[in-house]
Amino acid sequence: MKLQGTLHTAMRALCRNPMRALLTTLGIVIGIGAVIAMMEIGQGSSAAIQKSITSMGANNLLILPGTASSGGVSFGAGSTMTLTPGDYEAIVRDCPAVRCGAPIVRARTQLVYNGRNWVPQSMSGSTPSLLEVQLWKDLADGECFTDRDVLNSNRVCLVGQTIARELFQGENPIGKELRIKNVAFKVIGVLSAKGANMVGMDQDDIVIAPWTSIKFRVSGSSLTNTNQSSSAAASAVNTLSQVYPSNQVALYPDKSDTQIADSMLTVRFVNVDQILVSAISPEEIPAAMQQITAVLRERHRLQRGEPDDFSIRDMTEMSKVLTSTTTLMTNLLLCVAMISLLVGGVGIMNIMLVSVTERTREIGLRMAVGARSKDILWQFLVEAVVLCLVGGIIGILLGHGGSLMVEAFLHWPVETSPTAIVSAVGVSATVGIVFGFYPAWKASRLDPIDALRYE
Amino acid sequence: MNLIELNDIRKTYHLGEIDVPVLKGVSMAVAGGELVALMGASGSGKSTLMNILGCLDRPSSGEYWLDGQEVSRYSNDQRAMVRNQKIGFVFQSFNLLSRTTALENVTMPLTYTADFLTPKERHERGMAMLTRVGLDDRSHHHPSQLSGGQQQRVAIARALINNPPVLFADEPTGNLDSKTSEEVLRMFKQLNEDDGITIILVTHDVTVASHARRTIHIHDGLIVNGAYSHASTDSKPAGGGL
Repeated sequence: MKLQGTLHTAMRALCRNPMRALLTTLGIVIGIGAVIAMMEIGQGSSAAIQKSITSMGANNLLILPGTASSGGVSFGAGSTMTLTPGDYEAIVRDCPAVRCGAPIVRARTQLVYNGRNWVPQSMSGSTPSLLEVQLWKDLADGECFTDRDVLNSNRVCLVGQTIARELFQGENPIGKELRIKNVAFKVIGVLSAKGANMVGMDQDDIVIAPWTSIKFRVSGSSLTNTNQSSSAAASAVNTLSQVYPSNQVALYPDKSDTQIADSMLTVRFVNVDQILVSAISPEEIPAAMQQITAVLRERHRLQRGEPDDFSIRDMTEMSKVLTSTTTLMTNLLLCVAMISLLVGGVGIMNIMLVSVTERTREIGLRMAVGARSKDILWQFLVEAVVLCLVGGIIGILLGHGGSLMVEAFLHWPVETSPTAIVSAVGVSATVGIVFGFYPAWKASRLDPIDALRYE
Repeated sequence: MNLIELNDIRKTYHLGEIDVPVLKGVSMAVAGGELVALMGASGSGKSTLMNILGCLDRPSSGEYWLDGQEVSRYSNDQRAMVRNQKIGFVFQSFNLLSRTTALENVTMPLTYTADFLTPKERHERGMAMLTRVGLDDRSHHHPSQLSGGQQQRVAIARALINNPPVLFADEPTGNLDSKTSEEVLRMFKQLNEDDGITIILVTHDVTVASHARRTIHIHDGLIVNGAYSHASTDSKPAGGGL
């Protein structure tokens, strides 16, 4: 009841001089409006920057099989074959911090099309989710292969821009058949350009096909007895293995390449070279690593104390860039916001001080008819807070409208931020209290006798 | 019993090193229902006495009994309460809030009244007060739309809103022409006679003072004559409230 009365008095006092109230609020309107617009545009840009850094793979984790060693000679990372497609499925299914993942089977061999040939830097057998993991969603042309293609190990593939250029010489590759190690694959899609990665490797020099197709039709090897150094099935022509047959006695006659390509090996245990997964967000990377380790250790039946037979790599460098960028943007926005609000607050204080001086007689009168200094303090404080809140609300509308306009006309990325809106209301009330307190206190300390006599 | 009783009220201002005594031991009494004029030249301590009587200021020493309470040692907030409940003020320059309707000006003191009044009750009380001063048809006019006499009547209505027993009028006709002065003074008389409100008129105008039944003259911080009405003079040594 008392508050209601004070609020009423304050509102009446403000309404008595609407023009001045409006001008006073303008400081806060512009301040809060600027804050909201800056926050929304800034967050939009920040999100866009984060997104582009993430698309470089900052969220990605690379799971590699462990190291094989023989007689003290280590073969380096990924030289055993412990990762299976089942591992990939289990990771995607059981790790909540993992957004998506893709198994990768690598090969390096020659492409032939229409009398030209080319050896791509990267030939990946995978699932359609690979494009999602690498944030490579939009194809320049055509469409991606499907899970059904993976199941059937269909001979379809996607090619990168470099291959489209070098091998097809400007022709539209869609629907054309190229040969990968003499197996005909139909090009069903062209990837959009991605350029070089951080170490300068051309990411567009790539062929992506269903991993089963690469595994069973191109590499032609699915057995677990080979290690990397001797699994070079792709370059069987120039090895000395036929001159010096050393390893195994062949039980069956060698199949020709055509036979191998036409009859799929139906071996149950297959391995994949890598599993690439993407965490939900950069912050979730440690959690994702923990979950993956747990899942894989269980699936690989590793005893406590036994070393992992796989390793997980994260993109530490990139996630550092990401965090520092985000922090920088946030701090920058905070500075701008603080300065705008400070200016607005000083404006409010200025006008309130003028108002107190101007209304000295009114204050004296109110005191004479029974207002305690507390009542006067509250009246002026409430006036300032009402001004700030009204200004804050108008500012939010203006700022939000402004950022929407920026989005509509300039096509800048904008992100609506409820936090910014809520805190803007809170901050404008706080500004009202902080900057309204001194004038209100000054008013309440007036001596009624002097105030009544004030000219 | 006297409504107002002052015993040896002194007020000294300290201007740096020098003490300036303004009231040098004022004793006086006003009974309920009186219409008293307080006269004195400027610098005589008239305004200071007025401020102390109106509970706007505290005396340096002495006793001030108002309506049975010794108020001279009250805190600021307590005195605000006393002003709100027991005292009505009418000023020379009206002191109405600009751009505020007459009705709202009249009901303004109710904001600071402790007991709860609904907006409807406040409105009714304000209208009743305006009717009493004959301005009920001007309730929604702003002060700038009213004549000087009308403004002063609004101020009187405001002073009366809390039904105070005593009304202080500080040069109430100072800004008015003689015709409207008459009007306002007649209203004071009427309030005094019909409603029994004690009125203290502070003035230096003899014509105004002539409307009062008793005139208190103050000179150089001391009351020259008229401190006690004849009826109560005899009871003075008994010490009133003591």
